[in-house]
Amino acid sequence: MSYRWDWAVFVQPVATGEPTTYLGWIAAGLEATVGIALAGWIVALVIGTAMGIVRTLPGRWLYACSATYVAVFRNIPLIVQFFIWFWAVPELLPGHLGTAIKHMPPTESAALASVVCLGLFTSARVCEQVRAGLQALPAGQWAAGLSLGLSRFQTYRYVLLPVAARNLVPPLTSEFLNIVKNSSVASTIGVLELTAQAQRMIDYTSRSYESFLAIVVGYALLTGIIMFVGRRIERSVRLSFGSDGR
Amino acid sequence: MMAYRFHWSVIPKDLPELSRGLHITLEITVVALIAGFCLGVLLTLCRLSRSRPLAAFARAYVTAFRAVPLLVVLLGFFLVAPQLLQTLLHLPASTDIRRVSALIAFSLFEAAYYAEIIRAGINSVPVGQNQAALALGMTPLQGMLRIVLPQALRAVVPLLLTQAIILFQDTSLVYVIGLGDFFTIASNVGARDGTTVELILFAGACYFVACTVMSAVVQRLHRRLGVATDSMTL
Repeated sequence: MSYRWDWAVFVQPVATGEPTTYLGWIAAGLEATVGIALAGWIVALVIGTAMGIVRTLPGRWLYACSATYVAVFRNIPLIVQFFIWFWAVPELLPGHLGTAIKHMPPTESAALASVVCLGLFTSARVCEQVRAGLQALPAGQWAAGLSLGLSRFQTYRYVLLPVAARNLVPPLTSEFLNIVKNSSVASTIGVLELTAQAQRMIDYTSRSYESFLAIVVGYALLTGIIMFVGRRIERSVRLSFGSDGR
Repeated sequence: MMAYRFHWSVIPKDLPELSRGLHITLEITVVALIAGFCLGVLLTLCRLSRSRPLAAFARAYVTAFRAVPLLVVLLGFFLVAPQLLQTLLHLPASTDIRRVSALIAFSLFEAAYYAEIIRAGINSVPVGQNQAALALGMTPLQGMLRIVLPQALRAVVPLLLTQAIILFQDTSLVYVIGLGDFFTIASNVGARDGTTVELILFAGACYFVACTVMSAVVQRLHRRLGVATDSMTL
């Protein structure tokens, strides 16, 4: 099969009349992907860590609540969750809040829904990683904290969490990679992130091979950077007497 | 402002259409599960083989598919590869290219993930097993196929099934290529009849129930097999 590549298409001005090139579209998409992934990641990290700690606390009710939380976000496909946050939740929110969201420009409400959706979806996964990290610690750590006279809160704060956090760097790096990849689903509710921009470029230029390669390169670039940073963090927080923190 | 008024009564009349979508969902799940598993075993054998090019290929394959979102893989096969698929597979012009490209994309994508799971299983089999096979005069391939692989697969059954549940959920992404799976039909019917909220929530509830039941079954199986998959590094 012979195909005539046309890389010059990237520097052409876009057909919509906006003052940018197709490369500019791709760059804007990359920026949006990073933006919603990072914002979602903050939500995921805060809620996921809190829920992960809750899952290790004694008490049947706490356990049931946190387990249900994880099950809900795990057992519904991501795209369905995106649609629920974007189409259903604004209708179901009471009074002013719902109206306010419905009056937002669609691009803004879609971005908001994406951050909430990705954040909560990923928080359930972060929760399980944090729980596994805490449960993997030897029981002696917990006992040592209590026997030093620390309260339960202090034991978590000064003993368990700092040790677990070091071991959590690799799994959380891969969750961050997942949130970046999952952000591509935001294109289905109209967020102009990397995948959506490339689709738009295909619509206007019908250069599908070039546009498609641009997304692949974009994601590969992000993956490479995240893995590099993840390894640097892992190395810098490693304890000198052994990586498993015992 | 009034609270939203649900019209759940529309659901029963939509069920025939939804069941057609469910058919597509299940078809993709089953085909990708079987094809992905077989390809995954092949990839793992390549990766662990002594042939450098084969191992490098398998490694590159897995890395590439894991670096790109599934949605992009699906779009890629749909936008970029249709002509290629049509000529390669000699498909009649009447074939639904969306269905074929979805089946292929899912199979190839899942293969990369299954390969990683199977490799973790092989690494969990004690080295002595392979050494014993070699000492009995088996070739490395015989040792792998008859001694190591069966034990490895048994150990990773729960992980493979968990991945299958994820696959079942991920089939909903065929929405982006306009293929009418369960979710896409629900969403389209909702948009057509102005019942988007009801249908999306209904679809979400269906997935939730199905996946919760399947996870519970997998967990029971996990306990019954009594294998320590937690210690495996993926």
